[in-house]
Amino acid sequence: MSFYGLVDGTEASLKSYLGNLSGVDQVGAEARAAMLATRSIKTTSKRWAIETAITMVDLTTLEGADTPGKVKALCTKAVRPDPTDSSVPSVGAVCVYNDMVEVARTHLDLIGGQHVPVAAVSTAFPSGRASMTVKIQDTKDAIAAGAAEIDMVIDRGAFLAGRYIDVFNEIVAIREVCGEKAHLKVIFETGELVTYDNVRKASFLAMAAGADFIKTSTGKVAPAATPPVVLVMLEAVRDFYEMTQVRIGVKPAGGIRTTKDAIKQLVLVNETVGPDWLNPKLFRIGASALLNDLLMQRMKLDDGYYTSPQYVTMD
Amino acid sequence: MTFEYAPAPESRAIVTIRPKYGHFIGGKFVPGSKHFPTINPATEEVLSQIALAGKADVDAAVKAARKAYTSTWSKMSGKERGKYLYRIARIMQERAREFAVLETLDNGKPIRESRDTDIPLAAAHFFYHAGWADKLEYAGLGTSPKPLGVAGQIIPWNFPLLMLAWKVAPALAAGNTVVLKPAESTPLTALLFAEVCQQAELPAGVVNIVTGDGSTGALIVNHPGIDKIAFTGSTEVGKIIARAVAPTKKSVTLELGGKAANIVFDDAPIDETVEGIVNGIFFNQGHVCCAGSRLLLQESVAEEVLHKLKNRMEKIRVGDPMDKNTDVGAINSKEQLAKIIELSAVGDAEGAERWSPACELPSKGFWFAPTIFTGVTQAHRIAREEIFGPVLSVLTFRTPQEAIEKANNTPFGLSAGIWSEKGSRTLWASQQLRAGVIWANTFNKFDPTSPFGGYKESGWGREGGRHGLAAYLKGVSHE
Repeated sequence: MSFYGLVDGTEASLKSYLGNLSGVDQVGAEARAAMLATRSIKTTSKRWAIETAITMVDLTTLEGADTPGKVKALCTKAVRPDPTDSSVPSVGAVCVYNDMVEVARTHLDLIGGQHVPVAAVSTAFPSGRASMTVKIQDTKDAIAAGAAEIDMVIDRGAFLAGRYIDVFNEIVAIREVCGEKAHLKVIFETGELVTYDNVRKASFLAMAAGADFIKTSTGKVAPAATPPVVLVMLEAVRDFYEMTQVRIGVKPAGGIRTTKDAIKQLVLVNETVGPDWLNPKLFRIGASALLNDLLMQRMKLDDGYYTSPQYVTMD
Repeated sequence: MTFEYAPAPESRAIVTIRPKYGHFIGGKFVPGSKHFPTINPATEEVLSQIALAGKADVDAAVKAARKAYTSTWSKMSGKERGKYLYRIARIMQERAREFAVLETLDNGKPIRESRDTDIPLAAAHFFYHAGWADKLEYAGLGTSPKPLGVAGQIIPWNFPLLMLAWKVAPALAAGNTVVLKPAESTPLTALLFAEVCQQAELPAGVVNIVTGDGSTGALIVNHPGIDKIAFTGSTEVGKIIARAVAPTKKSVTLELGGKAANIVFDDAPIDETVEGIVNGIFFNQGHVCCAGSRLLLQESVAEEVLHKLKNRMEKIRVGDPMDKNTDVGAINSKEQLAKIIELSAVGDAEGAERWSPACELPSKGFWFAPTIFTGVTQAHRIAREEIFGPVLSVLTFRTPQEAIEKANNTPFGLSAGIWSEKGSRTLWASQQLRAGVIWANTFNKFDPTSPFGGYKESGWGREGGRHGLAAYLKGVSHE
């Protein structure tokens, strides 16, 4: 593999590649994200943002209590988020655990949701603590069951111990398993990496190793997709595009529950990487509760008043 | 389909602008004789007619201030003075939106900045100094610090209410009374502040506000009944004031011009540095005395920083100051715009390379696109003279020593910025720089607790913090 000519696969070349990255000033990054959060998105632009955000939602259920019934309900919601309004678009994908992929795929196909991909969390999600053999098999199983997108977690222990080459090699190995069959999203769990310098480093590492998307969090650790973390990842994606002419997607996940939160994310995208990224091929939002708030805000734009949560379906 | 932000205008319904204003003397609004218009620089709409104070008005204001000083304010306990200052601060917070809208209408600055920076900081100055009022004995400024008397205060148009707060809050906390003149082009928030003084039931004459132009300012500076002059404005006028007060017993503080170096070392956090450069020069349309108007880039990163800076500048939203999404608003006056155009033309003529992002400027009002000049050297006029607009001069350097030499090679010395991830380098550079304020990995950050002021032709004395308090007390060294 060529790794875009940025690294040659050796530890030395990876170290030099990561060592050349400029640092991130915490205060400055947080101030920039806070400033962009003041953007006032109203009327026509709000409508556009809500419609776009719906198509970007990776509608997610990742619970020990998930059953086929729960997953089927989620799939139905993903295809037709608002059963009373067929103009509401389907979401970006359905995101489930490995063993629910087949249920999800079958049900989506059954209800006319062939266009909605199934994303599977993989590589011993959420902790990433398993042998490479297990992680590879985990991924193979998910793809065999019909997953078109793999959301893998990195080994944060290896990353924090400075064994970047191990993290790199794992991503490369899972990339190989995905091949042309599945899109690869790499989850950093930014709440465990803690510093923005680490987030920037992990972003460049994952992109060179072959990620199609970089993703903030599992949703199991807080803080997750905070605006400054997403800002730093978007800056990394922008710089990587300038270096390679390759567009890598970004997926914030965890903690984005309201339309306001989602619009803030779209503003970050718009003013950091630009409008090319404002589509579900390059930007997704991992969420569950968010979808209903988007629907309620959409109704409000039409009707002029906030509706009761009972007018949107619970799942 | 792209993400175009729909207009998000702040409503101006919250403010009532009277068709005509007088002066605020002895706790009352008194009619003026002559008037001049104040306009909205974004639209050239006449907002109101403002009184032009002549000798009789200034005399009356000084007399009211003196009376309030001797009969009330200097006799009042610090604790009581503090109560009034706290009250003013709270009312300013309560009426923050009104102040923000009025400031933006009269000044042309974006509502986001007046709402998030000017007004909250102005209130913070009153809160901070309210706390000092009953603790002056413990400020390390002598065991029994005494006020100076009547302070004549002349403030600029770039941060109208904030500069008022910088002047009025410490003066009142220390026990002085004031005669304040807001800038000719931005008097409205000062006049609203006069209403706040009434609302706070501040004793009559403690704060007097006279409006006018430079001639009114001269009457204040030369008035024999004034004990202290505090001025913020151009170095040119500052020199005139210094000459005028030299043969008198008046105390004086001057906050004057600047041509700050913003120094980017090769180990800087690049993305945040680019934000800091933008904030340093395009904040408030560059109408900032401490603006980072000279960018010094280490040659090894110059190309990367400029590339990112230009990309970032493409995203700056220039336009209607009342729109909540506007980043850069209108130039404050026709005269200032003419000065910016003139100095930029000098930059072209001297061979510097001009660049601006593509941006549509409104047809009415006073506008200037964010601009950078590259290929600038120390010998260029645009590297030496204060432009006071959204125009950045970019220079390069090879070694840290050279950066410091270039940064200090100016008649000014108000502020400087250092961008580096290396703490030892930041500390070393900050010790070498001859500037009153030095920001490390940030720019244009203000806080009432922090003294502000310049070296060399950037001014005399400090404002803010304990140092700023000293400038309003007797027998305390002002430097």
